[in-house]
Amino acid sequence: MADLSIDFAGIKSPNPFWLASAPPTNTGYQVQRAFEAGWGGAVWKTLGEPVINTSARFAAVHFGGQRVAGFNNIELITDRPLEVNLKEIYETKRRFPDHTIIASLMVEPKREKWHEIVKRVEAIGVDGLELNFGCPHGMAERGMGAASGQQPDLVLAQTAWVKEVATTPVIVKLTPNITDITVVARHAVKGGADAISLINTINSLAGVDIHSWNTIPNVGGQGAHGGYCGPAVKPIALSMVAECARDREVGVPISGIGGISTWQDVVEFMLMGSTGIQVCTAVMHHGFRIVEEMIDGLNHYLDGKGLASVTELIGQSVPRYSNWGDLDLNYKVVARINEENCINCNKCHIACEDASHQCIDMLTNAEGKAILQVREEDCVGCNLCSIVCPADGAIDMVALDSGLAPMSWNQRSRIISGVNGSYSEAEVV
Amino acid sequence: MERTSPLTTFTPDMFMRNFAEAEPGLTRKGAIEESNRCLYCYDAPCIKACPTSINIPSFIRRIATDNLRGSAQTIMDSNPVGASCARVCPTEELCEGACVLNDVSEPIQIGLLQRYATDWAMHSGVQLFRAGEPNGVSVAVIGGGPAGLSAARELAREGFRVVIYEAKPLAGGLDTHGIVSFRLPQAISLWEVEQVEKLGVEIRTGMKVGVDVSVEELKAGYDAIVLAAGMGYVPPLGIEGERLSGVYDAIELVETTKTGIPALELMGRRVAVIGAGNTAIDAATCSVRLGAANVKMVYRRTRGEMTAYDFEYEFAKQEGVEFNWLTLPKRIIGDELGNVTALECVQMKLTGETGPDGRLAPMPVEGSEFLLPVDAVVVAIGQKRRVGLIEALGLEHDRGVVKIDAQTGRTSDPQIYAAGDIVFGAGSGGEAMVVSAARQGKDVARAIMKKWSGYPDSVVGSAV
Repeated sequence: MADLSIDFAGIKSPNPFWLASAPPTNTGYQVQRAFEAGWGGAVWKTLGEPVINTSARFAAVHFGGQRVAGFNNIELITDRPLEVNLKEIYETKRRFPDHTIIASLMVEPKREKWHEIVKRVEAIGVDGLELNFGCPHGMAERGMGAASGQQPDLVLAQTAWVKEVATTPVIVKLTPNITDITVVARHAVKGGADAISLINTINSLAGVDIHSWNTIPNVGGQGAHGGYCGPAVKPIALSMVAECARDREVGVPISGIGGISTWQDVVEFMLMGSTGIQVCTAVMHHGFRIVEEMIDGLNHYLDGKGLASVTELIGQSVPRYSNWGDLDLNYKVVARINEENCINCNKCHIACEDASHQCIDMLTNAEGKAILQVREEDCVGCNLCSIVCPADGAIDMVALDSGLAPMSWNQRSRIISGVNGSYSEAEVV
Repeated sequence: MERTSPLTTFTPDMFMRNFAEAEPGLTRKGAIEESNRCLYCYDAPCIKACPTSINIPSFIRRIATDNLRGSAQTIMDSNPVGASCARVCPTEELCEGACVLNDVSEPIQIGLLQRYATDWAMHSGVQLFRAGEPNGVSVAVIGGGPAGLSAARELAREGFRVVIYEAKPLAGGLDTHGIVSFRLPQAISLWEVEQVEKLGVEIRTGMKVGVDVSVEELKAGYDAIVLAAGMGYVPPLGIEGERLSGVYDAIELVETTKTGIPALELMGRRVAVIGAGNTAIDAATCSVRLGAANVKMVYRRTRGEMTAYDFEYEFAKQEGVEFNWLTLPKRIIGDELGNVTALECVQMKLTGETGPDGRLAPMPVEGSEFLLPVDAVVVAIGQKRRVGLIEALGLEHDRGVVKIDAQTGRTSDPQIYAAGDIVFGAGSGGEAMVVSAARQGKDVARAIMKKWSGYPDSVVGSAV
């Protein structure tokens, strides 16, 4: 069995599975249940000035008969007094000394406020701090959460204030509700952040009730934007993690968050540069026990790959992620349909016909059997047919030798500008 | 189902329970899950396998997206008896048999989904279709079964004035009278009849053509006639003892259970059913549910040659029906009061030779006669053709099968079209299914529309 323990910016954890700061980490009771179930760490629900929450807080997006493809919430930070939370953190840490407890913090962007809360929290013993600069609703209207996370200079300043007094590692949690997440990540690092965690939730409106015309969720007939998470946000989170992981000016450990619900998601986030990961929605949906399946799957995967430690995954795919302008324009794949696995649903045909390059023909073979065939000379290798194909092994995307040396758009542009000095094109990044 | 000892009597309660629809419908969750499993194939094989070409992926998608009215409309648009077909179609041989998921997992339960959507339409009371603008053309339909209803519905939507002449007190034909209630409750068929009536189609029940209304009247009173009178009861076996008390016609037997508790007494009796088609199975399971102590099916060939669908055979076995293969009834024996006491049979063997129908021919084994002690015999060896009616209409036929033009369904009389079981057998191939009758009804309606197209235009033209 591989070693699942990690060292996240100096924070030791028995495994990379942490609970994100969210409803499941609201109380000592919950966090202790989570640790018993197998979670390696928990980021306590954000501490700060207690708030008043609304009734009706969550909503979900269901897809194709499956529950919770995406999840939306308008709940705020903790609504319990700081002393109560600190007492429970203390008790939990005492019962589970080897597990990781991170305190998530959010206060007004004032130096003394940050100093005060950091000192109080560290005094009862936590393994690290996570600065919540990401919550997109409720707190932002008060100049906290995403409101401060969307201003790089405020991120830098607040991180620096925290670092003035903090004795444990400081993680800055980033909001995805910005244009370029690496800008904020760099400012966090400039402010002294020991690590970053991302993503927080995405601005969202879960839906509109087509019968009552109310928003989903609604609070007495009125709605407001919430934060979106769950499996649907994973690709967005993964790309932001990747952008930060390959940015040399960021260069700190990453705690990956966003739609992680299976062990495969964990592997992907770690390959793309995360040292550890955080989960919320999967627990909201299934309970803490879901971690058992994640740990088991990860263990078998690592054994199958012959890896001794989960840390060997970290960042392995980062070098394979670059800019569009660096992709080889001479690389060519085409679709090939394997008749023996094809079930003749014709979905590839209609997808190609209506949405791609009209190169899959519905034919009848010599035995009179209906077959589907790709005209390879017209196939652009878009993958659409293999995406819509429901039959395992029916469509392969096959690499063809184009006979040409690799050539990216950027290389091509450089050659053209070299040949003709009066003509140049911008590099595509 | 309730099994009883011979001592108890058959109560109305038992009847209600034993003849209530056996297969439960899908729950909403079940329907959502199943409909979401459908791949929504393009040029889907299930559509091609449906004789009425229902756009199955479309109606299923509409269930998945909570548009049950649209779903029911899609089904009933293609098949005017789509609610009955959802229950009685041999889906394993048609749509579900063609489902591409057969190769990789489980086929979509199309029949149950179709039932889910049409059940919704039935319970909601929506009217799915409207009559067309009257075009001044009138059509008489002889027979209010699936083929006649289907033709009438299509014609009414196009503005034809349609009158159905139905010999029985209730329309719906086989769906109303001939399929056991625990598979197809009568209310389903009567709802379909009502949908047709709501389009302005007049259904004159209790009207036998040639008795209550003359052929001449019809020919003079209507521009076109659709003959969709189906088939009759079971023909005689031609053996001794057929008139004994306790000998029943399978179709009549089923029919008596459709509108209420039948007068016939099978409680605790031993029943032999002669034949091995779907009607024979219906009669056998019906007998079981009427309280028969033992039901044996007697068939001169083997399981391999029987025409009943596999799922019917399985159902009968589950109901406790026994099968006597390679057994030919020779005569029915009665007591001095004229009540059946036994069925004399002879063992058969397959000769290895193929008969004219392509099936292995059976031959009696000499000296193998034996007595099967029974209290009732149900005969299910096919249905009589309506030769009298066909000849009264002056139509060409082949042993009771009306000759038609394959494209249009037109008979030897250009004013008369025919559809349904009355044309079944004339080299038509396939099986006498409700869904085939529905399709033929649509086909003749289309031929009639084609012939009369232009007619309404000229009426409008002259009015302007």
